[in-house]
Amino acid sequence: MSSESSPSTPSAPSAVWAIFNREFAGYFRTPLAYVFLAVFNAFAISLAFFVGNIYEAGVANLDRFFLYHPWLWAFLAPAAGARLWAEERRQGTIELLLTWPISVWQVAVGKFLAAWLFLATALFITLPVAFTIGYLGDPDVGVIVSGYLGSLLCAGACLGIASIASALTRNQVIAFVTGFLACFLLVLIGYGVFDEFIGGLFSRNIIEEVRRLGLWRNLEPFTLGLVDLRPFAYFLTLSFGGLGLSTIIIERR
Amino acid sequence: MALIEVKNLKKSYGSIHAVRGISFSVERGEVVGFLGPNGAGKSTTMKLIAGHLRADHGEAIVAGFDISAHPIEAKTHLGYSPEGAPAYGEMTVREFLRFAADLRNLPNPSERVKKTLELCRLNEVAHQTVDTLSKGYRMRLGFAQAVIHDPEVLILDEPTDGLDPNQKFEVRRILKEMASRKAVIVSTHILEEIDELCTRVIVIAHGEVRCDESKEKFLQRGADLNEVFRKLTA
Repeated sequence: MSSESSPSTPSAPSAVWAIFNREFAGYFRTPLAYVFLAVFNAFAISLAFFVGNIYEAGVANLDRFFLYHPWLWAFLAPAAGARLWAEERRQGTIELLLTWPISVWQVAVGKFLAAWLFLATALFITLPVAFTIGYLGDPDVGVIVSGYLGSLLCAGACLGIASIASALTRNQVIAFVTGFLACFLLVLIGYGVFDEFIGGLFSRNIIEEVRRLGLWRNLEPFTLGLVDLRPFAYFLTLSFGGLGLSTIIIERR
Repeated sequence: MALIEVKNLKKSYGSIHAVRGISFSVERGEVVGFLGPNGAGKSTTMKLIAGHLRADHGEAIVAGFDISAHPIEAKTHLGYSPEGAPAYGEMTVREFLRFAADLRNLPNPSERVKKTLELCRLNEVAHQTVDTLSKGYRMRLGFAQAVIHDPEVLILDEPTDGLDPNQKFEVRRILKEMASRKAVIVSTHILEEIDELCTRVIVIAHGEVRCDESKEKFLQRGADLNEVFRKLTA
């Protein structure tokens, strides 16, 4: 081999792009991706129709469709995110990533975006639900769009948590269960499940603040078409906080 | 200037001192054989130089760049093949090498991939997924990703482990072809490999350098290399 092309330092976007491509294609190389998409859709739609009774409500909006999304993401984002780092560790390929001339954050960003786009694909496939509502009634398109945006942000938040869990272990099952439990906790907090438990310890104001940390509490404004800064910041903090923390965990190996 | 300079490297895992102050340097054209029993600190030393692990103390300088202060620059000049040659199982050989070329931002990536496939004799399995490769091809693929950018510094952790004699011969042949232009470190269990491949020997045991000398000098230590090895690593 000749040395006519001396190695050059990779530019940041191209490395992120290469990682992103490999990761996103990676999801579709196994049947698991299709199982995942099918499960997400089956649950998203059946929960809305059979549990949420979206028909009987007689209102042309998707409130009852989005209502169950925090539950779905709490389960499925960790399922999609478990492989992010755990798989690299198991295969030993993390050693390549860490000795190629790229930084950990480039890898982390590429991986995170690929996983997020995969979750977005799952969400995208539920669009016929919106079309159905649009066909049956006269919904506010803006509200539906903002609901989808909120759900996507909620998915990113769960993925942020999942990526921390994945960075901590080489076992995908452990990564999934830990990520799921953490997300599940965030769902339950919003419904006040722990109110009695912490009621004796803290004041009413603090309990209300804690409840505000629930996933649904922050998704709800989006489904009503209210684009507020607070839930926006909440979801982005969890997403990028998780991304940042998982990068630090991998760097400090 | 030496292409690899290692100064008083130390690394502990909890209470285990894996590497206890290792120093040496490697010039262009040298092929250094790392010898030592399992758990002696060979792999850890290689990982420290390659930037996979961070040293607790000391420094490793690759092609003039400190691996912890300027990791990207140092890694640009470095090819490293970890033990067991890990690769992405679901990718084909060609895709995997293309991925490595893209991450290294090499000019003419498809040309580089083509040349590397030829050099490492991987053409006939180029469309196979990594999972379906035999051990010999897999080790060669690990080697291929390490040389795709024609680096000045090459670090190979047991590149001939588990290969049959013909496959070993192949890897040694490729390595010899390129060795004169590079500084190479190869770890091995196979003492006979020293004579065929290396210009210099470093014996590591209990995280320390027990011997660092030219191949010729090392081979004069005794007719029975196994005996020499046992004495040095005791």
